[in-house]
Amino acid sequence: MADFVQHLHPAWQALIRVLFFVLPSFMLVPGVIWWERRLLGWMQDRLGPNRVGNITFSRTSKLVPSMLRGKKFKLFGLMQPFADFGKLIFKEDITPSAVDKLIYFIAPGIALFPALALGATIPWGPYSWITPVADVNIGILYIMAVSSLGVYGIVLAGYASDNKFSLMGGLRSSAQLVSYELAMGMSLACIVMATGSLKPSAMVAEQSGPLWGLDYPPFNMIQNWNVLTPYGLVAAIIFGICMIAETNRPPFDLPEAENELVAGYHTEYSSVKFAMFFMAEYLSVVVYGIVLSTLFMGGWHLLPIRFDAMATTYKSFGDVWNLLDTLNGSSLLAPVWVIAKACCVASTYIWIRATLPRLRYDQLMALGWKSLLPFATANLIVVSIWIISTKISSPIIGWVAVLLSAGILYGLYKTINKLNLKNRPNLASRTVTMVDEPSQRREAELVDPAPAPT
Amino acid sequence: MNQTVGGVTITPELLMFGAIAGAAAICAVGVVAFNNAIRSALCLVINFFLLAVLYFTLNAEMLGITQVVVYTGAIMVLFLFVVMLLNLGGSKLLHEKPDPKKFVGILLGCGLFVILGAQILPQLTKVMPMPLSPELAKFGGPEAIGRTLFSEYVYPFEAVSVLLLIGIVGSILLAKRRL
Repeated sequence: MADFVQHLHPAWQALIRVLFFVLPSFMLVPGVIWWERRLLGWMQDRLGPNRVGNITFSRTSKLVPSMLRGKKFKLFGLMQPFADFGKLIFKEDITPSAVDKLIYFIAPGIALFPALALGATIPWGPYSWITPVADVNIGILYIMAVSSLGVYGIVLAGYASDNKFSLMGGLRSSAQLVSYELAMGMSLACIVMATGSLKPSAMVAEQSGPLWGLDYPPFNMIQNWNVLTPYGLVAAIIFGICMIAETNRPPFDLPEAENELVAGYHTEYSSVKFAMFFMAEYLSVVVYGIVLSTLFMGGWHLLPIRFDAMATTYKSFGDVWNLLDTLNGSSLLAPVWVIAKACCVASTYIWIRATLPRLRYDQLMALGWKSLLPFATANLIVVSIWIISTKISSPIIGWVAVLLSAGILYGLYKTINKLNLKNRPNLASRTVTMVDEPSQRREAELVDPAPAPT
Repeated sequence: MNQTVGGVTITPELLMFGAIAGAAAICAVGVVAFNNAIRSALCLVINFFLLAVLYFTLNAEMLGITQVVVYTGAIMVLFLFVVMLLNLGGSKLLHEKPDPKKFVGILLGCGLFVILGAQILPQLTKVMPMPLSPELAKFGGPEAIGRTLFSEYVYPFEAVSVLLLIGIVGSILLAKRRL
């Protein structure tokens, strides 16, 4: 198979690579939509869609084969996304008369573009002949660049609709995405420094090494996934939060806040154009999940266990360990593990959506600029201290140094915060005097009213 | 197999480069030709994006990706943000009266183009047939740029970072007098 593909014309190879990335991520979209509704239903103590796709055969009709009569087939509502899509296609496609026609028509396509292009440098398995689409030396920067283009679809849709609510949605979105991009870049810079490469495939290879670079048991039996390192965990949390903000998912869905902006940037869109926005959102959820699992959670490995190291340590079970090693990292199941991790990330998204209320605009900005960005910058300092101390001595000293520096940074943060508050006492507490206070009203009622003039 | 025109061998790469360069040039004209501010800004976005693709075709991948991150992804978003906030409305506001100075301007522009082109094009025809050695192919990668930036040009690099810091502090000071 590998030989056959490698002997094709480069253009065919490129097409195969692109299809191998785009088709599986597209096929995940209906599943994620269904899973979101079912999971939300379960979390909110209701049923969710569970009917569409159930087939009940007639008990009496002669047209039904006798073995199927009266049988019921349950699909748990799996056909719901397809039914929804059918509904959206056959809806009337309304174009308001005042819109900027050209931009109104291309905006959904522009919204779909970054979601499709984002994962082009992410490997799905250890097969360099088919994945990733382009194994370039600037993979991480490419992800940053494409995710920064995600704002255009929304902003242009908001502008072209010629609707104040849509425009507000577009403006909010551009401010939100520009602010969260910085913290995202900082968190990515941390793991780039730690792994010493900008290539996602090299990063996955780096993550399969022994834990914290300690080459003796029990540490050499655990893979060095970035979430298992102190700086990587912080970077993963920051990246996760920024990722939710970049995809405009709750609790960061201010551009489409329905209680403030009707439906935000896609208020004026109906039918297939709306479906494209919808699809872009869910596709980017899936693709960002793949990015997160590749950069922080070991890529195509299922478990953070180094079975090859175990095979050399416990020689009596050598074959078992080798089999497990193949299943864990280098078999044809590798893309399945990547997709499984992406689905776990998507489930976490849905869980967060069910848990947290939508942020207010000032809270959103404060979280991005005052919390995540300083946190990510501090993490950058911590990771450089980790690198220096592990190079000089050992990861144990690295841990001590990291904890010390984290403590110092926390102290600094607290001190600066205190200084800030001292200068601005008016922000500490505020009182509101109600003009028509209920207690006063009660008193006023008790007083004998003046006799009405006759 | 490949045709030669005026000393330049026509390769698929060259055709690709020419197509993208032409599209970028058309977009650049669109920036000044459109009456609508949003359309102009969009043309600039496309122009920057195609410029990045041009850098990719010239093996300067780091430069290209920086172009997308900085210009297409950040600066142009803020441009659009400001244009939308000002809300210049329809194209009626920006209609200009016919002006004889326009023709003079077009003539002078064409003259400038001819002079510059006469200087650049002969050099380009010499550069184009040069084969790309494997060492030269790496010159636009992150490693080569990092090494140059942090060894040869480390003082200018640090000086620029201080300049940027001063710029940030100055803009905050201008925007928020009562801090």
